[in-house]
Amino acid sequence: MHIPDGYLSPSTCAALYGGILASWYLCLRRLKRVLLTRVVPLISVFAAFAFVVMMFNIPLPGGTTGHALGVTIATIVLGPWGGVLATSLAIALQALLFGDGGITTLGANCFNMAVIGSAVAYGCYRLLASQAPVGSRRRIVAAGVAGYLAANASALAAAIELGIQPALFHDSAGAPLYAPYPLKIAIPAMMIGHLTLAGMAEAIISAGLVAYLQVADPALLRQTSGLGGRDLGSTGSLRRLWATVALLLVLTPLGILATGKAWAEWSASDFTTSNTRAQITASSGNQTPPPVAPSGLQRMASVWTSPFPSYAPAFVRSAALGYLLSAMFGVGICVFIALLAQERLRARPRLEQDS
Amino acid sequence: MKSSNFAGATLNSLTRALSHALISEETARRRGLMQALDPRVRVLGILALVIAVALAHKIAVVLALFVIAIVLARASSISIRTLSVRVWLVALAFTGIIALPAVFLTPGQPVFPNSSVTLQGLCTAAMLVSRVEAAVTLTTVLVLSTPWTEILKALRALHVPKEAVMMLGMAHRYIFLLAETATQMFESRQSRTVGVIEGRQQRKLAARTAGVLMSKSIDLSQEVFLAMQSRGYRGEVHIAEHSGIHTRDWAALGSFIAIAVIAIRAGW
Repeated sequence: MHIPDGYLSPSTCAALYGGILASWYLCLRRLKRVLLTRVVPLISVFAAFAFVVMMFNIPLPGGTTGHALGVTIATIVLGPWGGVLATSLAIALQALLFGDGGITTLGANCFNMAVIGSAVAYGCYRLLASQAPVGSRRRIVAAGVAGYLAANASALAAAIELGIQPALFHDSAGAPLYAPYPLKIAIPAMMIGHLTLAGMAEAIISAGLVAYLQVADPALLRQTSGLGGRDLGSTGSLRRLWATVALLLVLTPLGILATGKAWAEWSASDFTTSNTRAQITASSGNQTPPPVAPSGLQRMASVWTSPFPSYAPAFVRSAALGYLLSAMFGVGICVFIALLAQERLRARPRLEQDS
Repeated sequence: MKSSNFAGATLNSLTRALSHALISEETARRRGLMQALDPRVRVLGILALVIAVALAHKIAVVLALFVIAIVLARASSISIRTLSVRVWLVALAFTGIIALPAVFLTPGQPVFPNSSVTLQGLCTAAMLVSRVEAAVTLTTVLVLSTPWTEILKALRALHVPKEAVMMLGMAHRYIFLLAETATQMFESRQSRTVGVIEGRQQRKLAARTAGVLMSKSIDLSQEVFLAMQSRGYRGEVHIAEHSGIHTRDWAALGSFIAIAVIAIRAGW
């Protein structure tokens, strides 16, 4: 999953460096606010640990071995902010010290494994473990699933970055200048190995380490347990999150400013309209679309009719108001499902005592 | 690799990493062109050349930069044998496997009648392999000619935040300690093992070893924190700054940037 130099175009690398620099800045700020002094040795030593764990050959079912990323356990113990920093440091050391992964692609590798890996690992672990006691078996399963999904999400991000290269960067004769395979080849090629070996290695090491910590040092699991321990960098308040959600809701009408159709979001009628056909041709490497929509697309398009087509309920005349209402409706549904899930999980009896 | 020898395989990985780091430190102490330059110039110069490799659209330009990387390596007491074993063969094996199907899968003009090999496919594969080889060779020249502490000081001079530089330095220091601890744990386990351990037990063993290593890491971080506090650390990071850059370094930096600019203009 470590993308070497030469596989991604400089503009892709620059965009992902931008993303990772913003993430590092945010992480350092969040961590400094809570633990000004202790955080430096903790993150450093944990990065060294993650680096060494990446060299472990994890035995997998079927007689092979695989390497773990270490991002899931770093996130579970240090929280998402600390997890991003520790994993990024380990990846930077691999690139700068051992030449594993590139210098121009360091931002992409850190973004895929540290940011996406950590976010997916944290989200899955918190969602699946919910309010379960620190010593419960459910936390082991949650860590395993989080590890599996984090490794695969990171791999998928890398596959997408590699897969968009041939469409965006090719010479006048059409030969790709960087990674040569389109998404339809890059994604399966990358995901087969991760859905089987790498994801399983991360799942085994994450679940195994959580099981070990439940016995040896349960206090380390409290940081991200949601049972009163504070995450490194967490302010413990949801107010800021709600303020951000509200701001994003207000800004949703900005979507109207975007012209044209997003690639591969065409409707069946777009294939017959000259204006949209020209857009599809331009955005698909000058490949002309078929004269009519493919039969499968036409058939499937009529299966479900959205209540708010194009983010605008039929009774609303203003597009901006339609966007805002759609956003509020979407957020409302998400919050409702989350509250429902929380109630369901709370209602379940806890068989194991919190250690 | 069979899982029955996972401890041995892990030991190999750890030993290989430690020996690579030791070889790098030893090469960095030799006399040579890169070693004689200010580390900031080395980092900036190699970065400029790697960016030029990434931006080049013509294979001739990428190959020219590859030749420059080899000349730099030879002038810095880095042997061709080291480069071929540590860099070229590994990069060729990894990238070659990825690039080979592109020869057949990339749409374009067939090289021979009724053949699925296309000209565009050949160009793509050759470009990818040469670009990766050139970039990895340049990076390796930097890594092998510059001690880690000097790279960190150069990063600081390039305005990388002090906290990040300090954490990179500390993480590097404790990698060797933890790698050695892990090596000892696996060796000790191997010396006590008779017969074959079944897969499930092996996975438990790997997880427990990693768990003990993590506990040791956390304890170590507490000890390091206390040691830092005893020396007066209160959250402020101070890193020794470099002295001034000599005329020779300016000339070298100018040369690196000039080569990179020429390559970018010629390769666009």
